Amino acid sequence: MHNKLMIKLFVASEAFFFLSLIVAYIYFWQAAHFNEEALKHLSIRTSGFFTVLLLISSLTFYWAERSHRRGGSKAKAWLIATVALGTIFLVGQAKEYYKLLGERVTVGGDEFGSSFFTLTGFHGLHVMVGLVILLVLSGLLLRGMPLRKDSDLLSAVGIYWHFVDAVWLILFTLIYVLPYFFKL
Amino acid sequence: MAHLTHIVDDQEALPDAADEKRLLQWIASVDHKQIGIMYQLMALLFFMAAGILALLIRIQLIKANNHFLPPEVYNQFFTMHGTSMIFFMLMPALIGMGVYLVPLMIGANDMAYPRLNAFSFWITLSGGFLLFFSFLTDGAPDAGWFNYAPLNEVNYSTDGINYYCMGLLLGGIGSVSAALNFIVTILRLRAKSMGLKEMPLFVWMILITAFLIIAAFPSLNAALAMLLLDRMLHAHFFNTSAGGSSLLWQHLFWLFGHPEVYILILPAFGIFSEVFQVFSRKAIFGYGFVVASGIAIALLAFGVWIHHMFAAGLGNTVNAFFAASSMLIGVPTGVKIFNWLGTMYGGSIRLTVSMLFAVAFLIEFTIGGLSGIAFSIVPIDWQVTDSYFVVAHLHYVFIGGSLFGVFSGLFYWFPKMTGKLLNERLGRLFFWLFVIGFNLTFLIQHVLGMMGMPRRVYTYPDLPHYTLFNLISTVGAFLMGGSVLVLLYNILRSARHGAAAGADPWQGYTLEWLAGSPPSLKNFEKVPPITSPRPLFDLREKENKNAQ
Repeated sequence: MHNKLMIKLFVASEAFFFLSLIVAYIYFWQAAHFNEEALKHLSIRTSGFFTVLLLISSLTFYWAERSHRRGGSKAKAWLIATVALGTIFLVGQAKEYYKLLGERVTVGGDEFGSSFFTLTGFHGLHVMVGLVILLVLSGLLLRGMPLRKDSDLLSAVGIYWHFVDAVWLILFTLIYVLPYFFKL
Repeated sequence: MAHLTHIVDDQEALPDAADEKRLLQWIASVDHKQIGIMYQLMALLFFMAAGILALLIRIQLIKANNHFLPPEVYNQFFTMHGTSMIFFMLMPALIGMGVYLVPLMIGANDMAYPRLNAFSFWITLSGGFLLFFSFLTDGAPDAGWFNYAPLNEVNYSTDGINYYCMGLLLGGIGSVSAALNFIVTILRLRAKSMGLKEMPLFVWMILITAFLIIAAFPSLNAALAMLLLDRMLHAHFFNTSAGGSSLLWQHLFWLFGHPEVYILILPAFGIFSEVFQVFSRKAIFGYGFVVASGIAIALLAFGVWIHHMFAAGLGNTVNAFFAASSMLIGVPTGVKIFNWLGTMYGGSIRLTVSMLFAVAFLIEFTIGGLSGIAFSIVPIDWQVTDSYFVVAHLHYVFIGGSLFGVFSGLFYWFPKMTGKLLNERLGRLFFWLFVIGFNLTFLIQHVLGMMGMPRRVYTYPDLPHYTLFNLISTVGAFLMGGSVLVLLYNILRSARHGAAAGADPWQGYTLEWLAGSPPSLKNFEKVPPITSPRPLFDLREKENKNAQ
């Protein structure tokens, strides 16, 4: 089948989408108080913790894929671990949003609010789509869907999931880390 | 799901469009041929709708100080005309040709993802309908097809802009998914013996276009999402009164918008490359050059977008760079013109309607190309930007290039799609009416632009020559409108009573002519070994040799 090629092309297209949003974020970085707000409202520790969890979820997915390829029995367990980690990440993001809204940082507030929520929001949406795919996949496997060892289905889902993680790594660096070093 | 899937009988005919009971079958179809035909019908529908808008615009401009259309309605009409012609007429027409022909040309039985293929079509159609629903709100979009900030913001526009965003997002998703499908199909489903160098040029151009789509559309989609956030949640992206940037919209839009121009012309180049070969009875002159210049165009397409923004004041360094890159992109396009001239040279030319459009394209597109090169020179751009010179230029490339491609392809492949030949006599009448009307409408607009008539203004004062020149333009537009009626009549009549085409009415070169007309549900039983981009020519040569 051609699923891997398909998902690679799709991910490439999505990369261009995020690139546009990232360019917009960097563009508005030069706005007054943008940097101060990032430093004041965002917690690098909390989000750093959730970043690590998301990265681990890439690892658990890799193990799920490896176990399946070798005919092991742990693939389902690793998949569920991946879903759990992804869900915790989204919960973390929701809590962060809730805190920011309490501090009156909103989409309509100022340039920082607009760019922050748009960029992280679209990433969160991609995590959510990934979780739906992973849930459907683990549900089918748990109900005994036969999947050949050499099927490219898992690797195709994996390419998407790793992509979402990689994007987050870039966003984390850009949004949470760089404000400590740069001021546009 | 099992009862929905249906085992294909090898020789089963494609269901007939005229059979009303089969309407549901068409709606549920995942067959690339049916979806390709539905794309054409969609294009025809929006062609009529946007064409009527154009005629209303021309009636308004028929004389000075005219009040046929109020200014706000005029703004909505030119916006809807441009937006729907580009996104819901030319795009579906060209993508639809690809959907119909690519599997046939590469010896495959369908696209790689048939259901995704149906999804692409239906979501594009929904996008088009959504755009037109805006007429039922307080007004259709009114900020031009490139929808500049801050005119696209809540304070300055109708609710129609929301429909513009949603409609184009849906259309964009449809185009991207179709492009992904094309690439996988072309790279993976080719007949075993067909290497990349044996691929028909139309397939090559669709492949290049597909890569352009997946790289260009995301920036439009991102910009549209940001604009929707601006309008719905009061975000600050493009709202200049609240720290937003109108320039950011221009960058994101044209980063998509310029490649989009090539997305609309490369498939047409592909169509012409096939038509010139078959009707000159010669192989293409410089196959490699056509492919390589297509790839060069695609790469350069991402480095020229600022030439739409010369008047935005980005500074001389930036302008100079993009002036140079814009002149550069004219070179690979020029190379292709010589490929086609070389193909015709010494060939035994058959001037069918399809070929007439191809030959006319060479002339009209060159005019549009030359005015395009003129625009890459910054001082000239400053002088004539936002005038009717731009209107003339873009219609020469969109109509003289893309639309002529669609017409040429229509006359060439209509027999394949329906089994009936389009009437050549009516076709010739249509061709001459359309081409004369087209030149009457737009050639004079170069002059109007140089005289300083601004585009997108609903009327004009009674200055010397303005009324006469605009009258000429309007007469030309109605000639085009009339010619389209001839085309419609030709399509309807030929689909019923046209001469039977047979599998291969033109002695074609590519694999689609091996299948029946229309092809059975399963395209091919067996594909002959392919050793060149003209497998059917090779096949005929072999048969001739054997016969001797």
